[in-house]
Amino acid sequence: MKASHAIWKERFKAKLPEPLGSEVDQFETEIDLRKQGKIDEKVFAETRLRRGAYGQRYDNGHRYDGTQSRTLPFADKPTKGPGTMWDAPGMLRIKIPFGGLNPAQLEVMAELAEEYSDGIAHVTTRQDFQLHFIHIENGPSLMRRLAAVGITTREACGNAVRNVTACPYSGVCGDEAFDVTPYSHVLAWFLMGHPDTMEFGRKLKPAFSGCAQHACGLTQMHDIGYTAVVREVDGKLQRGFKIVVGGGLGPVPRQARLLTEFAPVEEMLPLTQAVCRVFGKHGEKANRNAARIKFLVDKWGIEKFRTEVFAVRKELREDPRWLDMLKDVEKSVEGPLHPPGQLPAVNGNEKLREWIKSNVRDQRQDGYVTCAVTLPLGDITADQLRSLADIVAKYTRGTIRTTVEQNFLIRWVSKSDVAALYGDLAAVDLGQSGGSSIVDVTACPGTDTCKLGISSSRGLGGELRNRLLAKSAQLDEAVKGLHIKVSGCFNSCGVHHVADLGFYGVSRTVNGYKVPHFQLVVGGQWENNAGSYGLPIIAIPSKRAPDAVDRITEYFVKNRQGDEKFFAFVKRVGKGPIRELLEPLNQNFPTHDADPGFYSDWGDPRQYSIGDIGIGECAGEVVSRYQFELVASERLVFEAGLHLDRGATQQAGETAYAAFLQAARALIQIQYDDIGSAPDEIVSEFKERFFDTKMFFDPFVGPKFANYFFAAHAARGETFTPDTAHHRIAEAQLFIEAVHNCYNKLRSTPAPAATK
Amino acid sequence: MELQHLVVKIPVAGALAIDPAKVVDVMHQWVAGQTVPGVLLIDVAELLHVPKGPGVVAVGHEADYSLDHTGGLWGVQYRRKTQLPGTNGARIAEALKSAAQTARRIQEAFPALKLSNTTFELIINDRGIAPNTPETYAAALPEIEAGLRAALGHGDFKFTRHDTERRQRFGVTVQSSRAFDLAALAAG
Ligand code: HEM
Ligand code: SF4
Repeated sequence: MKASHAIWKERFKAKLPEPLGSEVDQFETEIDLRKQGKIDEKVFAETRLRRGAYGQRYDNGHRYDGTQSRTLPFADKPTKGPGTMWDAPGMLRIKIPFGGLNPAQLEVMAELAEEYSDGIAHVTTRQDFQLHFIHIENGPSLMRRLAAVGITTREACGNAVRNVTACPYSGVCGDEAFDVTPYSHVLAWFLMGHPDTMEFGRKLKPAFSGCAQHACGLTQMHDIGYTAVVREVDGKLQRGFKIVVGGGLGPVPRQARLLTEFAPVEEMLPLTQAVCRVFGKHGEKANRNAARIKFLVDKWGIEKFRTEVFAVRKELREDPRWLDMLKDVEKSVEGPLHPPGQLPAVNGNEKLREWIKSNVRDQRQDGYVTCAVTLPLGDITADQLRSLADIVAKYTRGTIRTTVEQNFLIRWVSKSDVAALYGDLAAVDLGQSGGSSIVDVTACPGTDTCKLGISSSRGLGGELRNRLLAKSAQLDEAVKGLHIKVSGCFNSCGVHHVADLGFYGVSRTVNGYKVPHFQLVVGGQWENNAGSYGLPIIAIPSKRAPDAVDRITEYFVKNRQGDEKFFAFVKRVGKGPIRELLEPLNQNFPTHDADPGFYSDWGDPRQYSIGDIGIGECAGEVVSRYQFELVASERLVFEAGLHLDRGATQQAGETAYAAFLQAARALIQIQYDDIGSAPDEIVSEFKERFFDTKMFFDPFVGPKFANYFFAAHAARGETFTPDTAHHRIAEAQLFIEAVHNCYNKLRSTPAPAATK
Repeated sequence: MELQHLVVKIPVAGALAIDPAKVVDVMHQWVAGQTVPGVLLIDVAELLHVPKGPGVVAVGHEADYSLDHTGGLWGVQYRRKTQLPGTNGARIAEALKSAAQTARRIQEAFPALKLSNTTFELIINDRGIAPNTPETYAAALPEIEAGLRAALGHGDFKFTRHDTERRQRFGVTVQSSRAFDLAALAAG
């Protein structure tokens, strides 16, 4: 843990926006509890994942060194999860709803990358940031510093609602029905920590798009996708969303299916809540490979799924936030800092001309453009982030977005600022042209840091980028427009299914050695919101994958008809000829002695092995909402003890009372989803369901523990002495034990009706 | 003040005369052999695709070792991650020695790598304990001076603040009027 841990804690004490501040405190407590062995490793793994703290390659304490697998001798401490060493560095995923950031946030990202990571902040394929090589005990400091600028890592991983992505052109695009930005923002915060999202067997990824035809929102490949639609009702224009569900990539990709052609914006939150509840209740839990919502939609068919969602929607307890949160959506629009202008004359500035052509796009608003900042493999240094913060403050009202192509997009740039902006970007090596083109390769973390990586996606991505950049002047225009996306394995975090040329890592045996390979995937479509998925046609040795790109692109240029797109071209010529073209790359392998490099991967000199592949944490541990709520109550008792230790008697007693309520609630929600948080309601539901039925009675002491709860409730508002606070804490602890026992009893008796 | 999480970067003398990508291989051997005593090496991060970035890093639990290119300046860098007990003097000595040892280790594989023997950067990689302010400079300088005097056996240094921009980390560029001997520093 860094020396400044206590400094940050003190500095931000009671100053962080809620609930972000208390969530970090909770995480810190959970870390302490786990260190003392008081939380089970699986529960800790899932709570940490839900806070964005992922595992990283080699965290099981083993690493292949090129000749053999060796133990990395991490200190003997409790694990961070099954088979996960405490001191092993991990990844922190930082959620950026709709990719929206301001200069202060960029600056904090820079600080954290420098102080806790390897100096690099990484933009992901879902508009998030990731920092690698993070020690778990530094998590709370990172999270506090992020929370201070309004960012959370909550539910960035685990079986939760992941980052809500949105088209980065929202609000400035000529094709959109309306600006989806504020809606994506509202949805992200509404769903965060929502009880109906606690019971998922797997993650749920939402995405927004302003229109149906362009790729930017990729709604078709998401678990739940929202496309903006405006319709006319009684002469009035009404905003709403076409909502699709059950899309997703991963090993078994699915196109999303239609839930509803039009849900008025007022229905966005309740309908989504209903989808979450249906998924939480009926989604697969035991088999994580069939647990995404797409499998439930498959199993039931979309009609049954839809019927169930709308039925549940009707039963939901009214939540004022459904409408309150939408109150200001139409007011919150971004605008320009500078007056509109004209694009500069480029007069022989070839680089500027190139950059404008590839990275600058007209906005719907006359006189303004968006400018893409292309990052190599989504990586940016701390110094660059600070410069970018300055640039954003200088030319805009302080907003910028990350994109699913692992870049940034600066919006609302006056056309007359374009040359100066380019100059500022280029001065810090951020003026690379070729945004969204073939050189702008997307890659998942792969074997660099991911536990599941089979081949080096970043290694190949970097190599392709270098080669293509070197010859970009000679590239045919048709080739320049292609998209290359690389994943390190079939899980498709690099979204290879929706590229023109997609790659995913596999391994093959050649001459008795394992050799890293990539499956080449063609026929996918980035356009039309990820309108179709490609299929693998051939596996090629990693070191020959760049040759495959050369062969295909040459073949395309030679044989395309008119201005045929690659997608149409592949459809016309068929996959057979493309495979034939590449088959020679699978012949005449060098012997190991002649070319050992063939037997290792890009950027990694070790003899290749698949021995480092670990158990991924993409799915998280399946932990029920009951377990989460109960852990929360245990944490409260623990905190109550801490308060007592430092003489905060009143706070200690009140926190113990809160622990009672929390534990009772954990039990009630098993039978009644919509249980609120008002103490009277909790007590009366508890009494009716578990006391009057004697379900909660202890075989030896009968109603004793329940009575502790009732007594604590009756005495609420009391003034505590150290003694009475101490008693309350002890009683709360016993009550929690009784909740455990009651839960076990419940599990062995048939469940009553699920809702009230 | 306590000087924790020190970074020492010894800049390359002149232009970088070696291929940084080749350093990746060497660092992998360090990890394979766990060749840094008292430190658990975990992996190698190759970040050469990022301009003026962290370069090539041997990532450890206690510390990272790199051929770094931050600020456009190539250099061999040591970065302490976990806290070190003891005095500031001991921490400075440890950082200098570790940076020198890293330099020697790379030079063993690449004798062409020439490093400065009169200057280095010393940064505190923690804005919580050392915000980049004149106050930090005033508080840290006597500690740094004393530490260096003990480690190098003389006091003929000139210090300039590494970067006065408030958002940067606090650090100093140390200019020594007497050449130091890397091999001797590495030996401690
Ligand atoms: C079985 C396990 C996994 C599956 C099926 C899976 C699947 C996916 C898919 C399909 C996407 C991207 C497309 C999308 O839905 O928008 C994605 C995103 C991503 N995955 Fe995975 N993944 C798994 C595990 C991992 C692991 C272990 C890592 C490495 C730490 C990882 C890193 C990423 C990253 C960096 C992204 C983009 C990030 C984001 O959500 O912000 N994934 N994953
Ligand atoms: S595609 Fe595979 S290798 Fe890449 S991040 Fe996802 S799980 Fe890891």
